[in-house]
Amino acid sequence: MLGLDKRDTKFLLIVIFLTLATPILLQPFPESSTLAQFNAGYPDLMQRFAIFGIFAIGFNILFGLTGYLSFGHAAFLGIGSYSVVWMYKLLDYNVIWGLPLAVILSGLFALVIGYVSLRRSGIYFSILTLAFAQMSFNLAYSVLTPITNGETGLQVYTDDPQILMGATEPTSPHLFGIVMNQSAKINLGDWVFTFNNGYYFCAIIAIIAFYISLRIFRSPFGLMLRAIKSNQQRLNYTGLNARPYTLAAFVISGMYAGLAGGLMASMDPLAGAERMQWTASGEVVLMTILGGVGTMMGPVLGAGVIKYMENIFSKINEQVLHSWFGWLPDSLEGFVIFIAEHFVGSGWHMTSGVLFMLVVIFLPGGLVEGGQRIKAMFNNRGGDDADDPEHHPKHAPHVAE
Amino acid sequence: MDGILLQILNGLDKGSAYAMIALGLTLIFGTLGVVNFAHGALFMIGAFCAVSLQRLLGLSFETLDPTKKDFLGNPLKVKTPYIESWFGPEMGASIIDWSVPLAILFSIPIMLFVGWAMERGLIKHFYKRPHADQILVTFGLAIVMQEIIKHYYGANPIPTSAPSAFKGSLDFGVMLGFDPNVIIYPYWRLVYFAFSAAVITAVFSFLNFTTFGMVVRAGMADRETVGLLGINIDRRFTIMFGIAAAVAGLAGVMYAPINSPNYHMGMDFLVLSFVVVVVGGMGSLRGAVAAGFLLGVLESFASMNWIKDVIPGIDQIIIYLVAILILLTRPRGLMGRKGVMED
Repeated sequence: MLGLDKRDTKFLLIVIFLTLATPILLQPFPESSTLAQFNAGYPDLMQRFAIFGIFAIGFNILFGLTGYLSFGHAAFLGIGSYSVVWMYKLLDYNVIWGLPLAVILSGLFALVIGYVSLRRSGIYFSILTLAFAQMSFNLAYSVLTPITNGETGLQVYTDDPQILMGATEPTSPHLFGIVMNQSAKINLGDWVFTFNNGYYFCAIIAIIAFYISLRIFRSPFGLMLRAIKSNQQRLNYTGLNARPYTLAAFVISGMYAGLAGGLMASMDPLAGAERMQWTASGEVVLMTILGGVGTMMGPVLGAGVIKYMENIFSKINEQVLHSWFGWLPDSLEGFVIFIAEHFVGSGWHMTSGVLFMLVVIFLPGGLVEGGQRIKAMFNNRGGDDADDPEHHPKHAPHVAE
Repeated sequence: MDGILLQILNGLDKGSAYAMIALGLTLIFGTLGVVNFAHGALFMIGAFCAVSLQRLLGLSFETLDPTKKDFLGNPLKVKTPYIESWFGPEMGASIIDWSVPLAILFSIPIMLFVGWAMERGLIKHFYKRPHADQILVTFGLAIVMQEIIKHYYGANPIPTSAPSAFKGSLDFGVMLGFDPNVIIYPYWRLVYFAFSAAVITAVFSFLNFTTFGMVVRAGMADRETVGLLGINIDRRFTIMFGIAAAVAGLAGVMYAPINSPNYHMGMDFLVLSFVVVVVGGMGSLRGAVAAGFLLGVLESFASMNWIKDVIPGIDQIIIYLVAILILLTRPRGLMGRKGVMED
């Protein structure tokens, strides 16, 4: 189906099912139970799953396939957000105008930045992209204030032209009248399921993005990108110029990032310069690594895990910890809570840092590799080559080496 | 003319910080071949050594002073720092006043230990891994260090004062024959510049005039041969890592009065220091120092008003622009050796 073989079609169908059923799957605990705090089925969080999933899928096309580690992808995220909010200001709240512009503009920026940065590889490439992203961030904060509204962040004011704005049109982001932040709530016994328009909009785009990335992974173009990762020198010796391919990958992943940024602004009509800061680039690297570099499912998984944990961990406070560890003897309880409180609440970043280090040190293939190892432990038959539906690249030397 | 002089002076203190951090980064890259994204965090930890010592010295106990009354008529509570009760009020007060310079002594063992622990505990296992992995794991470590500091010291900048002897500014212009109040320069920034010059000189003399330094330089040139000569080069490189950490820490300690330390100051400096290292030339110690000062001064020139009028926003991006230009035209940097990390 759709140019995919049987196995990939099954894979895609599973992904579609999981994405569409997310509002149900993420609400496993009844509202009245104490475990309800682990539910993740609210619109805001699910939208972030989908958006960061798109961001990570795009980043993976560059980092996973070619091995070029970009530390500047947040810049495209910011450009996407700004262009969508500008379309709100100039035309109206329909997201249909902003999103294509976000993709095109970030693609153009990616073309320029990529053209310059890709003349170097390895660590120099990382530093060049970092430099470009920091430049855009600094400019967005200072001189470009007329365009970006500086520290306040870009938002829609009542005196903006909004030339297409109709009288009855909703005054928040919508798609031809389908308002993004509206949702239908269904109460089933003790369970509450929220079906949000914005989430489904993001989810459909995420599925399309996933499908495109799947096609890229399976295409001759994708094969070429993998060849660049495994041995660029050999590729050059065979008379092939690798740069157009890496540039194409860079532009594609930049467009994905721009799309993700645009969707962020579609859910919440705001754009701030802090989206362009390099810690935001670090976050998408983290997601991709955590999930599994160069795999199809990994980055999405990583994005989900990070955003879920961010949400859950930052909610836990000292009272919650006390209620959990109350059964311990007092002195021990104090000690456990003393250790644990570093990692919860505002200490969530610490947890993500530790997690990141552990994954890089012990599980370079990310959660996907972890899953495979566990699977291999159970059906210990060897020959894991056959059991590799996603064609994970073998541990090839990195371009940076 | 006076404007130019003033900008050069203004650039020197930032340049000193860049140069010291970049020197440490280059030492680590040149010896161990590791790209250390946690170096900014070491700078930040140095600054927090100064904060901690100032707090530690300020620890005080309360006594009741029966001779004075507060507004309710009760005896007044007087806080006396322990230091003052041990060394006498005058001596104690001046020790507290000089806490930032004293923190230099306090921070060196701490930074050496942190550096040693980092190298033995983590970096050691990453020699053979790709640079991308090194970047990622040290990036994670930097986040963790940052969050630990944030947890104990909070997210707000903590003002740390320089000794009162160095408060105020020097009217530098008068000494050179300009009008008074044209070139004014805070004393502490002069101290910072002199201090960084001393540290950098010390590191270079250590490398150039001691046997230990000679072996390290030999190891940087050809690690394997030095190893074959029966020298335990790894141990020396570990020590060099500690020294690099200490240099970053010292830069941070003395920087605390210039810019109140906060938990993410390291990240801000890290990005710029990496750019400095690249401009100077990966693996070139002299290049790192020269580029540090050069970029510091360039940055302050770019923030002159008439330049900003011509090209708005140039002060924000000048360093990155220079780095991009250098990388594209001369990838080995200003003073890099030919063939080292050129692609």
